[in-house]
Amino acid sequence: MSRGEVAIVGAAETTELGRIPHMSQIQLHADAALNALADAGLGISDIDGVATAGESPTGVAHYLGITPNWVDGTAVGGCSFMLHVRHAVAAIESGLCRCVLITHGESGRSNVGRGGRVSAASSLQGQFESPYGGMGPTTIFTLPVLRFLKETGTTLAEMASVAVSQRQWAGKNPRATLKTPITVDEVLNDRMIAYPFTRSQCCLVTDGGGALILVAADRAEDFPHKPVYILGTGESTETPMISQMADLTTSKAFKVSGARAFSEAGIDHGAVDHLMIYDAFAHLPLYGLEDLGFCGRGEAGAFIAEGNTLPGGRLPMNTNGGGLSYMHSGMYGMYALQESVRQVRGTAAAQVDAVDVSVCHGVGGMFAASGTVIMGSSATR
Amino acid sequence: MRIDFTQVPVPVPTPETEHFWAGTLVGELRLQQCIDCQTTYFPPRPFCPTCASRAIEIVCASGRGSLASYVINQRPHPAFDGPYAIALVELEEGVRMMSNLLNIEQTPDALILDMPLQVTLQPLSDDIVLPYFEPRGSRS
Ligand SMILES: [Zn+2]
Repeated sequence: MSRGEVAIVGAAETTELGRIPHMSQIQLHADAALNALADAGLGISDIDGVATAGESPTGVAHYLGITPNWVDGTAVGGCSFMLHVRHAVAAIESGLCRCVLITHGESGRSNVGRGGRVSAASSLQGQFESPYGGMGPTTIFTLPVLRFLKETGTTLAEMASVAVSQRQWAGKNPRATLKTPITVDEVLNDRMIAYPFTRSQCCLVTDGGGALILVAADRAEDFPHKPVYILGTGESTETPMISQMADLTTSKAFKVSGARAFSEAGIDHGAVDHLMIYDAFAHLPLYGLEDLGFCGRGEAGAFIAEGNTLPGGRLPMNTNGGGLSYMHSGMYGMYALQESVRQVRGTAAAQVDAVDVSVCHGVGGMFAASGTVIMGSSATR
Repeated sequence: MRIDFTQVPVPVPTPETEHFWAGTLVGELRLQQCIDCQTTYFPPRPFCPTCASRAIEIVCASGRGSLASYVINQRPHPAFDGPYAIALVELEEGVRMMSNLLNIEQTPDALILDMPLQVTLQPLSDDIVLPYFEPRGSRS
């Protein structure tokens, strides 16, 4: 991939976030898409490529009245939108299409017009995991963490500081769901959901959506907002079964995806001004910081507890409040991408000074897949 | 903690996993091993996930393992009468399985990482016997 040859020129979330019982899931896609078109100053007929997950790209394209030249229905969970960005860059660069719309919408809380997600009893998960009482991500995504804490020497209090730090960012964001500051003790003493995870270390369950529009960089200056250039991307998968991770203390998919994105972007970690690490649960930023190479083995917990990711810290992270405090509809990756775009544009609610490079890292399924997008301003293109 | 075995989701074998469930029915925990590269692996598939060889054989696990990680779920589930651990168990043969832990308190104080475990088999139906684990030395 050529660095900086494609840019994001439109980005928006749904008009509302949180509890949206008056909209079906596909309408959340459309609401975000129409907002992104308005943000880019484009009409629906300008879009010739469509990518989405959660709904089929056929359904979304038809609902919006688009007859596309290119579609991508890659659906690997919450980081699917990072992979869509990566695939859109390749499609635009090779001339398959000119203007790609990526949509996300999810009625995660209200369940209006949302399909089910249950493993068949004959699938490998159905045979070898489902009989043991797993009840979705709170009990499955969380399973590796005691091993991580033991192997790395990270403490429960350090993991709790993830939730504390992100709540500080959320306090600066009017659209965040939870804004009241919390302490490490309050996090540790909150209602236990699945030991060692208390409620404030588990993501929110809300409704919402978001959309992005990408075009070739040579025309990216012709749009209303500062272009956000794609400097590098990565993707990978590991396993759909948490019990079969190669190593419970590190994500192979994170490592492959992150390293690829950094090498394509040709930057080192010191160049990163802003970081998003998909946080469905409080342990994910710990894995992310270590697997992407921002911290050494066992150092991420102390790094966060010492305040390095807070407002004013040297690596501002999850600056919208994250899945723990901002919003989480189920496939959170789109909201992380939206926040990276806002930070590079300079329009975020909790704006970090001069963001010329933002790294946005997502997880799909439960350590099943990963996608990384590195964005830059015109200064770093 | 008690398990109501009538409420446990019953696995449905496929042609690739039939040997595993036939094994638990006769008291064996069956894994597979590659004849070419000697890798022992799980979950079942008719080829080696390390070298892709189709030359594989079924082997019987010792049933001994240790506690790799767990969570203790606090939310109600129809098969369990209170908080229960969902565990990852590392077998001596080098593979990892999800399970529940029988004959032990479901508390962080009782459940110590790396504690030795042994398999114990519980029937769910006439055709399906599910492997669970318990502290090694338990008499169940
Ligand atoms: Zn082999």
